[in-house]
Amino acid sequence: MSSPKITPDLLDHLAHLARLGLTDQEKLQFLPQLSSILNYFDILQTVDTSTIPPSFQITSLQNITRPDAINSSLPQPSALSSAPKSQNGYFQVHNTIKK
Amino acid sequence: MTPDLTTLTIPQIRKLLTDKQLTAVEIVNAYLQRIKNLDPNINAFITITEKEALSQAKSIDQKIQKNQPLGQLVGAVMAVKDIYLTKDIQTTAGSKVLKDYLPQYSSTVYQRLLDQDAILIGKTNTDCFAFGVSTENSGFFTTKNPWNTKMIPGGSSGGSAAAQAASLCTFALGTDTGGSIRQPASLCGITGIKPTYGRNSRYGITAMASSFDCPGTFGKNVADVAAVTQIMAGVDSHDATTNPTPVPDYLTELHSVSLKNLKIGLPKEYYTGAINPEVKKTVLAAAKIFEQKGAQIVDISLPSTSLSLAAYYILVPSEISANMARYDGIRFGQSKKDTTDLLSHYLQTRGEFMEPELKRRIIIGTFALSSGYYDAYYTKASQVRTLIKNEFVESFKKVDVIFAPVSPTTAWPIGQKVNDPLQMYLADIYTCPINVAGLPALALPCGFDSQNLPVGFQLIGNYFEESKLFSIGHQFQQLTDYHLQTPKI
Repeated sequence: MSSPKITPDLLDHLAHLARLGLTDQEKLQFLPQLSSILNYFDILQTVDTSTIPPSFQITSLQNITRPDAINSSLPQPSALSSAPKSQNGYFQVHNTIKK
Repeated sequence: MTPDLTTLTIPQIRKLLTDKQLTAVEIVNAYLQRIKNLDPNINAFITITEKEALSQAKSIDQKIQKNQPLGQLVGAVMAVKDIYLTKDIQTTAGSKVLKDYLPQYSSTVYQRLLDQDAILIGKTNTDCFAFGVSTENSGFFTTKNPWNTKMIPGGSSGGSAAAQAASLCTFALGTDTGGSIRQPASLCGITGIKPTYGRNSRYGITAMASSFDCPGTFGKNVADVAAVTQIMAGVDSHDATTNPTPVPDYLTELHSVSLKNLKIGLPKEYYTGAINPEVKKTVLAAAKIFEQKGAQIVDISLPSTSLSLAAYYILVPSEISANMARYDGIRFGQSKKDTTDLLSHYLQTRGEFMEPELKRRIIIGTFALSSGYYDAYYTKASQVRTLIKNEFVESFKKVDVIFAPVSPTTAWPIGQKVNDPLQMYLADIYTCPINVAGLPALALPCGFDSQNLPVGFQLIGNYFEESKLFSIGHQFQQLTDYHLQTPKI
């Protein structure tokens, strides 16, 4: 299988999924760069991995738990201290439901 | 005669302080003066913490005066990569996204070093969020290689490596997700460790690829690197991937490995293809030094090496695309003003403040994880990860340690590869397989090319064998003086 060339439509779709605003100039710059990177990935198709399990992590640790104890956490003013906008002790965002 | 304080190692500083022949303020002032003289030409630092450093030094001097107990790293001056959160001190991650961000807490490993009386002198430049191999992806400026300021220092921990090479700190912290400690160490002629994944806590360090990221350190020599790792290593309840394997006493084990009959594996795939002939010759000459001391050089093969980079650049951007989702300009970070609705807020904030390399990697990761492409890319790369890991595990049944070059070339001119991201990615070809497998590796300087640019090699160990690497590396530095060479600046 060879990689699909990244088309302008696919790039727009991916940018939307990732919530990234791209300028026309960035799209022009990225299209050939992303295509050459994807073409490079084709090398993986040279190896048969049909019987190989995937590794999603390399540590042998599993199901690490901690005591269900209450610990201190950031005080509210501190947690909000870097927020561009806050109101009544909450982070402020645009309305998500139309009135 | 007073020694140049910026040349002192960690145990030398500790002894002079405890003997009251020196004060911590004198050490800090010596470094601050050197930074003021040299950093305008090197650009290693994003933030210099002069006020905090002097205040910390004064409180250490008071402890000394009162004969109170002192930390293991007392008076050692540290430069910290700007992706480590430092409470109330600007932490940018080398990106405009976090410009002016003041963290509400500190990363675990940094706090452990502070608790042992190491002194923060400043935050160092990095490729944005550690995405890069040259610092050219920094949202602010490019750091220069102290050996030749027309050249890149390597990356992403290039600011820390340059600060270390130019003696602007006693030791410097970096992170290594695909080579970001070892590659700049090699290009700047210094020593640096990428520990086993899970040895050092990642808590409070901006996440790049969570199943790859490894905090680690640069130092003046292996013994200093071991001393700092001693403090950083170990379980942290805030990072569930930290490993309960006991942390050995690295300093007492520095002579524990005998070079006689030590089996050193040279993987043939690391000595063919892209490697520069001068780098190859210099690295192989270092292997000869071990051979002369009785070590056995064993040819080995890691056939999946050629697949590592492709697997890495699928898996890492996939994790990046997930980790970068948090930068929405709502809870912290730069935020686009006067947006009209939530979607346009996301698009415009992320569009305006994220650097091009950030966007490229988010798009690659989003592609690899998207419906229709997931199996062909993400799953496939995860299966190749198993192959790569298994080959290393098998090799360690035949050899004690693997010996390899760090970078296929020495430092290259600033600007040379900026328009070709794939060429930049290829700089990681000998370092990223080790991250794919999660193994520890120690980078050490071993000579210079014909342009007087440093060359390094790496010792790769089995899981949690940092102590063995330190011991072998320390003995190499007893036999050579490459780690004592400093750039003329």
